[in-house]
Amino acid sequence: MSEGTIKKFMYVNRKAPYGTIYALESLEVVLIAAAFDQDVSLVFMDDGVYQLRKGHQTKGIEVKNFQPTYRALEDYDITRLYVEREALQARGLTADDLCVPVEVLERAEIGRLMEQQDVVFSF
Amino acid sequence: MLHIVNKSPFQSTTLDSCLATARPDGSILLIEDAVYAATRGSAAAARLEQALGKFKIYVLTPDLEARGIAGSVIDGVRLVDYAGFVDLVAEHKGCQSWL
Amino acid sequence: MAIEVNGKTYETDEEGYLVNLGDWSEEVANFIARQENVEMTPNHWEVVNFLRDYYNEFQIAPAVRVLTKAIGKKLGPEKGNSQYLYELFPYGPAKQACKIAGLPKPTGCV
Repeated sequence: MSEGTIKKFMYVNRKAPYGTIYALESLEVVLIAAAFDQDVSLVFMDDGVYQLRKGHQTKGIEVKNFQPTYRALEDYDITRLYVEREALQARGLTADDLCVPVEVLERAEIGRLMEQQDVVFSF
Repeated sequence: MLHIVNKSPFQSTTLDSCLATARPDGSILLIEDAVYAATRGSAAAARLEQALGKFKIYVLTPDLEARGIAGSVIDGVRLVDYAGFVDLVAEHKGCQSWL
Repeated sequence: MAIEVNGKTYETDEEGYLVNLGDWSEEVANFIARQENVEMTPNHWEVVNFLRDYYNEFQIAPAVRVLTKAIGKKLGPEKGNSQYLYELFPYGPAKQACKIAGLPKPTGCV
């Protein structure tokens, strides 16, 4: 990547947080890539919306609770978080149930944004 | 954009998510267990046939053959081998893997 | 690997970062700082404590850029700049200060 070129990077998160390692891996990649000053957005769809569901308490399963880290994304200048409306609805959730401010979008709208990216990272 | 699906439609809602999100004129490539979605007479067949009106749908032949279903593919679904897979990735601007 | 402070052994990774966050104490911090040739002053402690607070709140050790900005916000621009932080921690504020603070290596630090 030549210096000064800003690309549009989208991270698509579709997995629930603790059943697999995808959510944590995605978050780490996002934080690492943030150092490169790209145009970054995060999408949460399907079970991925559970990553942002407030109130994770992971002591009992002896796994690190990485939910607080989503609140640090702002410090990394990552402010575009999109959440799928249909996924929230199907799970009985609203944006108020999430741990960070997000923009709720219809699936089709997310599809449109996806088309505009230079790079899509799928998790 | 190229959408890649690798989960069986009977095990996971991944294919439905992909079909609902992808933009018309997009391409969808079915690989691994997702190839079962492209077989005639399955419960997923109707959805896939409907999707053919909206997207180009490809399926990876080696994965069909491995599962013994190469002869049961729905009409209109395009077959590709590994080289074709690479071409598809190269032809499209971006790629989303529906893991 | 391990370090020994006052007769107690603490496990570290191959680069000297504490493996268990709970092992940290000011004594351990002073020991690691000496190994790093850093003489701890109140200004050093301010950064180390800031990092520990940041970790408690967000569960990550921030990248340098983020640390610099966050310190500027909290402690003022004369401290929220890389020159000041590199003077305190010549081998990198995030990397070296995190080690002394008993945190993991910052994500994205190579």
